[in-house]
Amino acid sequence: MYVSYKWLQEYVDLSGITPEELAEKITKSGIEVEGVETLDEGIKGVVVGYVAEKEKHPSADKLNICQVDLGDGELVQIICGAPNVDKGQKVAVATVGAVLPGNFKIKKAKLRGEASNGMICSLQELGFESKLVAKDYSEGIYVFPADTELGTNALEQLHRDDQVLELGLTPNRADCQSMLGVAYEVAAILGKDVKLPQPRVETVSERAADYITVNVEAADDNPLYVAKVIKNVKIAPSPLWLQARLTAAGIRPHNNVVDITNYILLEYGQPLHAFDYDRLGSKEILVRRANQGEKITTLDDAERELTTDHLVITNGEVPVALAGVMGGANSEVGNETTTVLLESAYFTGGAIRKSSKDHGLRSEASARYEKGVDPQRVRPAAERAAQLLTQYAGGEVLEGSVEVDTLKVEPAVITITIDKINRVLGTSLLVSEAKDILERLQFTTVVEENEMTVTVPTRRGDITIEEDLVEEVGRLYGYDNLASTLPGGTASAGSLTPYQKKRRIVRQYLEGAGLYQAITYSLTSEDKAQNYSLEARDPIKLAMPMSEERSVLRLSLTPHLLEVLKYNSARQIDATAIYETGSIFLRTAENELPEEKEHLAAAITGLWELHQWQGEKKPVDFFVLKGILEGLFSKLGLLEQITFTKFEKDGLHPGRSAEVFLNETSIGFIGQVHPNVEKELDLKETYVFELSLEKLLHAEIKPLRYEAIPRYPSITRDIALVVDQTTTAQALSTVIREAGGKLLKDVHVFDLYEGDRMEEGKKSIAYSLKYFDPERTLTDEDVVKAHDKVLKALEEKTGAVLRG
Amino acid sequence: MQERLKELQAEALEKVSAAIDLKELNDIRVAYLGKKGPITEVLKGMGKLSAEERPKMGALANEVRDQITQGITAKQVQLEEAQIQAKLAAETIDVTLPGRPVHTGNHHSLTRVVEEIEDLFIGMGYTVAEGPEVEKDYYNFEALNLPKGHPARDMQDSFYITEDILLRTHTSPVQARTMEKHEGKGPVKIICPGKVFRRDNDDATHSHQFMQIEGLVIDENIRMTDLKGTLEVFAKKMFGEEREIRLRPSFFPFTEPSVEMDISCMICSGKGCNVCKTTGWIEILGAGMVHPNVLEMAGFDSKKYTGFAFGMGAERIAMLKYGVDDIRHFYTNDSRFLKQFSIHE
Ligand SMILES: [Zn+2]
Repeated sequence: MYVSYKWLQEYVDLSGITPEELAEKITKSGIEVEGVETLDEGIKGVVVGYVAEKEKHPSADKLNICQVDLGDGELVQIICGAPNVDKGQKVAVATVGAVLPGNFKIKKAKLRGEASNGMICSLQELGFESKLVAKDYSEGIYVFPADTELGTNALEQLHRDDQVLELGLTPNRADCQSMLGVAYEVAAILGKDVKLPQPRVETVSERAADYITVNVEAADDNPLYVAKVIKNVKIAPSPLWLQARLTAAGIRPHNNVVDITNYILLEYGQPLHAFDYDRLGSKEILVRRANQGEKITTLDDAERELTTDHLVITNGEVPVALAGVMGGANSEVGNETTTVLLESAYFTGGAIRKSSKDHGLRSEASARYEKGVDPQRVRPAAERAAQLLTQYAGGEVLEGSVEVDTLKVEPAVITITIDKINRVLGTSLLVSEAKDILERLQFTTVVEENEMTVTVPTRRGDITIEEDLVEEVGRLYGYDNLASTLPGGTASAGSLTPYQKKRRIVRQYLEGAGLYQAITYSLTSEDKAQNYSLEARDPIKLAMPMSEERSVLRLSLTPHLLEVLKYNSARQIDATAIYETGSIFLRTAENELPEEKEHLAAAITGLWELHQWQGEKKPVDFFVLKGILEGLFSKLGLLEQITFTKFEKDGLHPGRSAEVFLNETSIGFIGQVHPNVEKELDLKETYVFELSLEKLLHAEIKPLRYEAIPRYPSITRDIALVVDQTTTAQALSTVIREAGGKLLKDVHVFDLYEGDRMEEGKKSIAYSLKYFDPERTLTDEDVVKAHDKVLKALEEKTGAVLRG
Repeated sequence: MQERLKELQAEALEKVSAAIDLKELNDIRVAYLGKKGPITEVLKGMGKLSAEERPKMGALANEVRDQITQGITAKQVQLEEAQIQAKLAAETIDVTLPGRPVHTGNHHSLTRVVEEIEDLFIGMGYTVAEGPEVEKDYYNFEALNLPKGHPARDMQDSFYITEDILLRTHTSPVQARTMEKHEGKGPVKIICPGKVFRRDNDDATHSHQFMQIEGLVIDENIRMTDLKGTLEVFAKKMFGEEREIRLRPSFFPFTEPSVEMDISCMICSGKGCNVCKTTGWIEILGAGMVHPNVLEMAGFDSKKYTGFAFGMGAERIAMLKYGVDDIRHFYTNDSRFLKQFSIHE
C-alpha cells in the first residue's frame, strides 16, 4: 500500500511530524514502512507555460518550433519533438537551468540550427512511472487543463509536492489496504482522532429500483450487494488532485467515473465497479457461479473461460463481470456512457481468490477481497462514490439503492484480563493503561475490575482472540519498553544427542584429514538421481518442479560431489577434496513420507601430499581415500568390525572399488570413479566413497576401557609369503589373526612385490607379526610355537609359501 | 741439555699452535712425546750429568712434557670446537623456505554458523532437534495454524510432491513434532537447524534451498520479555557485545504477538550505510509468542502454558557476519570459497 502523506493529512492531524518521522513510528508499532518516496525529488525549475505559436522545424520533420509564454508575457523559443504538442496548450516547461530526475540539467541548445531555450515535458520526464501515465499522454507531452495558471510550479499543479510511504503489509493487516485503515492506525500511534469523510448525496426523484433489480444466487460468496444508479454523467478526465492521489497510490487514471471508483477503493478499501447501464443489455443483475465453459472478455481484452468455481455478475443471461476481480468489456464505461450502474458488494475471500488464481489476474479489487474487506463500509463507500460522481462527473443520483443483504455483521467481542496481558508480555501494566491503548485504536472497551470487554470494529477482522489484543496492547505500548529477561523454571542441561555428537566428530576428523565440507542441493535431475545410490529405488518427483535439473529428490550424494569437482576443475583448481553429510530420499508407499537417510560421502581428485619444492607430487590413489576411511572407522571404534570386499558398480572402476561391510551389513562403497565418467566430467583420477552415516553412527561399539601399558617386551617376526595374485591381503591377515592366538597382538603388511622376478600369477606379500604377553616375558619357545601355527595355517588355507 | 729441552719445547708449541686439524695435532704428540721422540732422545744423555744435576734435569724434562701436553690438549679442544662449527655451518638451511604443508579442510560456512548458534543455545539449556526435509502438509502448515486455503500460505510457495507431502518450507514442523512428542508437558527447549525449500529462482539473494535455524521454548511462565532477553543474548554473542536489538511488530500465523528482530548495524554502528539501507538497523529474524492454536493442536493447554519461538536463515547470518554478497556461493562449493572459512577468530 502506497500512502500519500498529503492525502493522509485529510484524516489525521500530522502537524509537526515529517513523513520520515511518521514512517519510523509506523514501523516501530506495527507496519513496516519499506520506503518513503519524494515524488518531486530532484526536480527544479519546471513551470506551466502556454504554447503561443507552433511551426514546423525547417530541417527536421519530427520537430516543432514552439514559442512558449511562461507567464511573463515574453515568448521563449523551445524545440519540441512530441507528436501531440500544439498551439494553445498549457504545458510543463523545464526552463533553462531546470533540473529533471537523474540530475538532468536543462541548458540552452541548438537543434538542427534552431535555438531551444528549455524543454516541454512529458510526465515520464517529470518522474512518473510510464504505467501510471494516462493513455492520452503516454506517448507525448502532458497538457494541463485550460484554467491552469501560467508561470506556476508545474509539479505543484500536478500535486507532486508530496511524499509517499510504502507500507509492507503482512496478510493480517488487510485493514490498512485503505487510507481510512491507515488513518486509524496512525491516529492510534499518535493518540489523535480520525476525521472520517461524511458522504452527503442529493438524489433526484427517480428511483434506482425502477432501473434495476438485483438477485443473488450465490449468497455464500456474495452476502451483500448494493447497486446505485447515477444518470447524466459526463465522462471527462477527473480533477488533477484526484488523479494525483491515484498515481501516488500506483493506479493509472482513466476517466472521472473509473477514477472515482478507484479513489473509493483506496479511501475505504471497498472495491466498486461501474457498469455502463445502457450497455448492460437488461435491467437485471444476477450474481451466480459461472456455468462450466461459459466465457467472458474482461476489461483487459482477454477472453476467459469460466468454471463453476468462479463467481460472475450477469445481466440475467451473460456475465458482465468476473466478480470482485475485473469487469467485462461488454459493459465497460466509455466516453459515450451517460448512466452508470454502481456496484458495491461484499464478496467472500475464498471465491475471489479462486478466480484470481485460476485466471492469473490480481487486481486492486481482488487483492482486497482476498484478504477481507470491512462489511460495514459497503454502503458508505457507495454513498461516497455517488457523492463524488455528482461533484466531478456531473451525475444525478437516483433515489435509493437496490440491495440484496443476507450478511450478518457481528463485531467480535473479546474479554481479557490485565493479568493475561501482563503474563504474556512480562509487563506490569495497569488496566487503565491497557484500556487507553485499546481506545486509541477505537476498540470499545468496558472495564470491570481487572477484566476488559472489548468490542472490535469490523474493519479489524484480524482481531479474534485474546492474544490478538495482547499484541495490540504490546505493540502500541512499545516493544522497546519491554524489559529483557531470560526464561525461568527448572534448569535443564542442554546437549547434543550421541548421534549429533558423533556426526560432529566425523566432520572434524574428515576436515583434519584434509577434506572440505560441501553442502549441495537435495533436489536433482531425474537422469542423475539414481547414480551411485546404495539402494535402487525410483526417485521421488516433485509435482511441479521449477526445472528439470531440480525435479526429483536425490538418492545419493556422490553425483553432487562429482559436480562440485567438475565445477572446480573447470576453474583450474587441480586438487579438490570434499565431503558432505546429507539426506537421501527413498520412495515408500504412495502418499507416505519417504525414508530419509543421512549419508556421508567424499570425493577427491588431483594431487595429494604436495610438497613442491622438495619435489613431492603425488596424485591421489585408492589407498589415500581408504586410509582416510580406515582412520574414521578407527576413530569411531569400528575398525575391527569393518571389511572391504571387491565390488563392481555402475560408475566405478571395476578393478578399484570395494564394498564396505560393518560386520555382515553393507554400509556403502569406496572406489575410483569409472574412467568413462571421469572423462565425461573432465576429471583426473577421482576417488569417492559413500556410506550410510546412520548405520555407521548407530553401530554398537565396545565401551572405552583403559588397557594396561605393557611391562614386558614384545617379539616381532617378519614373514614374506608367496601367494596367488588373487589372494587378498584381508584373507591372509584373517588367517594370521585366527591362527596367532592370544599372543599375537598386531599384524601388518610391510611389503608387496608383484614384479617380474615372481613366478607368473604369484605375488609376494610381507607381514610383520608382533607377539606379546601382558603377564610375562615371552620365551623363544612360546613364539616359535605360535608362529609355526600361523605358518601352517597360511599354507593350509591359502597355499602361501614362505619366500626363501 | 737444558737449552736443548727449552728449544724442543718452543719448537713443539709452535707446531701445536700451527696445527690445522686433529690428525696433525696427534702427529705432533707422537713426534715429541713418543718413546722415540726428541725428549727421550735428549734424556738418554742424562748419564753424563752429575748426581745433583740429574734430578733437576729430570724435573725440567717433565715440565717440558707437561707444557707440550697442555698445549696439545688446549689446541685439541679448540680444533674440536672448530670442527663442530664447521659441521653446523655445512648443515645450515634456509629457514625462510615454506614448511611441509599440513592439509586440513574445514567446516562449510553454514555449518560453522549453525554450530555456533547450536552451542550458544546448548549453553542456555536447549537441545538440538532435527526432522525430515520432506514433510506432511499437516506438520508444515496445519499444525502451525495454517489450515488449507489460509492466505498466508501464499507467503511461502512450496514444492509439493503430493497433495499432502511437500518439501518443508521452514523447520517449524520440527517444533510441531517435538511438541507433539511432549504430550502436553513442558518444558520444551529446542533449537532446530535444517534445510528448507521454497519456490524461488536462484539468484544473488534467493535460493530454492536454504538453511534455517529455529528455536522454541514452552513452559508455564514464558513471557515476551524472556524472548527479548534471549534474542539479546543471541545478538550480542553472534554479532558483538555492542549490538543493540529492536523488536518490530510483524505477523506470522504461528505466533501472536509476532515480531521481527533488527540489530543495530555492525558496519556503521547505526549511523546508516548501504548494508542497513541507511536505517541503522538490520533485520535478522522473526519471532513471537507461540499462538494458542499451535499449542492446543500439539496437546498443550494454552491457559497453562505459554512459549516463544524464533527463526532465522543461516545464509543471511553468514552473509552479514562474513560479508558474503551472493547466496549462491553457499551451494556452488567453489574451493576458493570453502577454504576461506578455516580461520577462527
Ligand atoms: Zn549500516
